Amino acid sequence: MSPKTLYDKIWDAHVAHEADDGTCLLYIDRHLVHEVTSPQAFEGLRMTNRTVRAPDKTIAVPDHNVPTTLDRANAATMTEDSRIQVEALDKNAKDFGIHYYPVSDVRQGIVHIVGPEQGWTLPGMTVVCGDSHTATHGAFGALAHGIGTSEVEHVLATQTLIQRKGKNMKVEITGKLRPGVTAKDITLSVIGVTGTAGGTGYVIEYCGEAIRDLSMEGRMTVCNMAIEGGARAGLIAPDEKTFEYCMGRPHAPKGAQWEAALAWWKTLYSDDDAHWDKVVTLKGEDIAPVVTWGTSPEDVLPITANVPSASDFTGGKVDAAQRSLDYMGLTPGTPLSEVEIDTVFIGSCTNGRIEDLRAAAAILKGKKVKDGIRAMIVPGSGLVRAQAEEEGLADIFKEAGFEWRLAGCSMCLAMNPDQLSPGERCAATSNRNFEGRQGRGGRTHLMSPAMAAAAAITGKLTDVREMM
Amino acid sequence: MEKFEKLSGIAAPMPMINIDTDMIIPKQFLKTIKRSGLGVNLFDEMRYDDDGKEIPDFVLNKPQYRETQILIAGDNFGCGSSREHAPWAIKDFGIRCVIAPSFADIFYNNCFKNGILPIALPQEQVDILMKEAEKGANARVEVDLEAQTVSTSDGEVFAFEVDAFKKHCLLEGLDDIGLTMEKAASIDAFEAKATQARPWV
Ligand code: SF4
Repeated sequence: MSPKTLYDKIWDAHVAHEADDGTCLLYIDRHLVHEVTSPQAFEGLRMTNRTVRAPDKTIAVPDHNVPTTLDRANAATMTEDSRIQVEALDKNAKDFGIHYYPVSDVRQGIVHIVGPEQGWTLPGMTVVCGDSHTATHGAFGALAHGIGTSEVEHVLATQTLIQRKGKNMKVEITGKLRPGVTAKDITLSVIGVTGTAGGTGYVIEYCGEAIRDLSMEGRMTVCNMAIEGGARAGLIAPDEKTFEYCMGRPHAPKGAQWEAALAWWKTLYSDDDAHWDKVVTLKGEDIAPVVTWGTSPEDVLPITANVPSASDFTGGKVDAAQRSLDYMGLTPGTPLSEVEIDTVFIGSCTNGRIEDLRAAAAILKGKKVKDGIRAMIVPGSGLVRAQAEEEGLADIFKEAGFEWRLAGCSMCLAMNPDQLSPGERCAATSNRNFEGRQGRGGRTHLMSPAMAAAAAITGKLTDVREMM
Repeated sequence: MEKFEKLSGIAAPMPMINIDTDMIIPKQFLKTIKRSGLGVNLFDEMRYDDDGKEIPDFVLNKPQYRETQILIAGDNFGCGSSREHAPWAIKDFGIRCVIAPSFADIFYNNCFKNGILPIALPQEQVDILMKEAEKGANARVEVDLEAQTVSTSDGEVFAFEVDAFKKHCLLEGLDDIGLTMEKAASIDAFEAKATQARPWV
């Protein structure tokens, strides 16, 4: 048999039909659903008298526009249209009999955090969701990617997706990371090298010692941002860490089924001589703690660098960089570590898991948020929140002056009331720094949780290594 | 779905790279539970000022581009989120075709589900079309999906690539759920086999 990549293996195991021209029906093992991209899909089913083909493989949770303030049970904290979306999801979940974690459930949270946490995401699966950060689940060696609402409807009705196979790209991070460097720095640095379109048409497999050394949560952070590099899906081959993470989760297999699953999962790796259409290699030791300076996730620089000028770039990027600098209100040549911030947001499906909160707490312990800085931590799920309280992290955050919120997407995309005002500058652990992403006119600098915590203390973008 | 065969219309120039889905339709408009009515908010933050008044400099606000049917843009158009609200807004505005050197995958795919034709052409050809588009209503660009060509009013013709299945669906206005359901037997058979092989799924 010819050698295969991990992507090839998962793909081959899920082709339900292949047409002569290579168009395939890919069978979907898990379909995750949230309130913003699904109402039109369920409406489509109703209009055509179709049903959900596999309700037991469909999981729904509201996350994008639920309030994260402690008084959210009070319906008045939600705008009318947000409430209608959440109520539509409540109703659709009930009418179509799919698994559901309503706002009142402690397991509610960001869809990409809830899926793995509950053991819905397992190695070798195909996972889709009407959300581009579905790539997160690739950390388990699952083929996971975002889809549009028409495709949500297609999966609901048929449990398949019309797909053509993508190309294989290997991103290898060799060696060890230096102290203070995290999974977020890896994933941002990769995008800094490939650009936001470098992965278009590819499925990326991340590998190498620095990736193997990451925890499952770190791997989720890396895969989460595969889409920012243009790739619909990112993958990491499952290993002992993966199996250990999955074992005992509510929806993971048990007993003999666990053994059978494990036997298959252990075959899920790229063969030595598999063919790669593109290879990118970074040395772990070359990666620094980074921040973004512009309005594209590829605008990445080490925190020790200066704000660039438009003339540092070529082609269409010259105008784009100038537009970014104007929007971000930055002067070329300014050291990034002198850029003052107004707000700190720690959370999102990129960095809203317990290890992210631990990393932030390690920096914040016994310290105070600088006067005048608005700082909030939004755990990725109700269970992450509960665990952080049990471990005493919540007290550290509150004593430092952070707001300690309930779970949701929150200021990652600012669909709920958590928003930046025009000109407000934010150190954020989320994944997109687009214009207006965190609120109209808001300015976003992406970074790791430890870096965001450091920025909260000094009130400027800060090299976390100076605080360690 | 609405068919797409031929289009002859005004093209608007947007010479920016990385036009992302947050620019195309900002999140405050994702709270709808409908697919229609998003056209007025297309490119909202570039199109209107803080008081909701039109910004006269923005291309689609200029008199000659109000009837735009074709958008000419820079590299990596549609990057960002999977929100289908982006093509819904484009379509609702009246734009049926976007031409750029490259597109983000999810957006590209979403276009075809909504009767919009995204066309990727080499940078040099996009540059020529960009110049053409700057002439506004004086230059109509023609798109022929069957022939897979884009033509300028000066008679320059560029050929483009498109996946045969996607082309077929767009030409015929086919609903792909219906098409897939015709293959229900294959899905049933696959499901039975997969359940045996991987019962834990
Ligand atoms: S946290 Fe942000 S990126 Fe993640 S699903 Fe929510 S809105 Fe999308």
